[in-house]
Amino acid sequence: MMTLASVGLGLALIGSVLALLLRRQLREKYAVLWIVIGLAVVIVGAVPGLLVGLTDVVGVQVPSNLLFAMSIVLLLGVALHLSWELTRSEEQIRRLAEETAITRAEIEAIRARLDAGPSSGPDPSA
Amino acid sequence: MVDSRRVLVIVPAWNEEQNVAATVGEILATVDYDVVVVDDGSTDETANRAREAGAIVLDLPFNLGVGGAMRAGFVYARRHGYDVAIQVDADGQHNPADIDRVLAGLEHADISIGARFSDVGDYHVRGPRWWAMRFLSRVLSRLTGTRLTDVTSGFRAANARAINQYVHYYPAEYLGDTIDSLVAAIHAGLRVTQVPVAMRQRVHGVPSQNPVGATIYLGRSVFALGLALVRRPRVQQLERVA
Repeated sequence: MMTLASVGLGLALIGSVLALLLRRQLREKYAVLWIVIGLAVVIVGAVPGLLVGLTDVVGVQVPSNLLFAMSIVLLLGVALHLSWELTRSEEQIRRLAEETAITRAEIEAIRARLDAGPSSGPDPSA
Repeated sequence: MVDSRRVLVIVPAWNEEQNVAATVGEILATVDYDVVVVDDGSTDETANRAREAGAIVLDLPFNLGVGGAMRAGFVYARRHGYDVAIQVDADGQHNPADIDRVLAGLEHADISIGARFSDVGDYHVRGPRWWAMRFLSRVLSRLTGTRLTDVTSGFRAANARAINQYVHYYPAEYLGDTIDSLVAAIHAGLRVTQVPVAMRQRVHGVPSQNPVGATIYLGRSVFALGLALVRRPRVQQLERVA
């Protein structure tokens, strides 16, 4: 029963990631990570012996502890990565905000010059 | 114009509708330089007041902090071929009569800071805020090899070299606009000097000066300075601008 639930969870994860990808609501660079996680959940769920074996190899006493520890490390990594991406995005947004402000000022200056009339500049029709 | 250099006065302003017109008016009456007010996402009439007073206005769509406002000003200065840019705060505490004094510091440096403590005027702080300022001054003085007493002062001038450096790197982070930008400029090989000036009281509004806030300020300034010092010249690839 647990096997089925675990495999189901993994498949649901992969399914939703693919759906988001198809709808262009998730960028590939984030999707790859989630697909790998989904696959890992499916594999660990389908082959229960794998987790137990791994637990013995690493020297952890209870398989669930290994699972929790791995999940926490993974989620920390994901959170850190998102903060990093967010910082980058904020910096880019900041550049754009500065650019729009400068562009706006320049458009206003040009408009003011146009409103002042063609007499202020050289007349092309002359 | 007083000399052949083209000078741009950059006034970062955030919700300063009560002060900005007077400040701009006073600058324009005192010196013959162009004034650009960077409206840092104000929700009040700051931009319009500044425009009426005769300044060029850069209207940021949302609040970026002093660092963002100033970098927009420096980018503008570079694109329009200004040789020198000087920051003057909108709240009126920087005296426009001192602008030429601060600019004079550029004769033998790339960045000139109008400093509040240099035995002129009566600007007083105590407690953690004072320790923070002293600590920052000490470290930066050693770094530059000149005596700096007021490194968080916003009254500072930059020549073309420094403008280029600022366009490349001028952080929006807290204290980044004063400390980090200065350390990065020093790392890039720019020379810094200071000029004694007196500061005036804010005309409207109160400056933040409570003990808790000041202690947090101390902690954050140590943190910001530490990071800035560890960072070496190569900073962010992302910071390139055409």
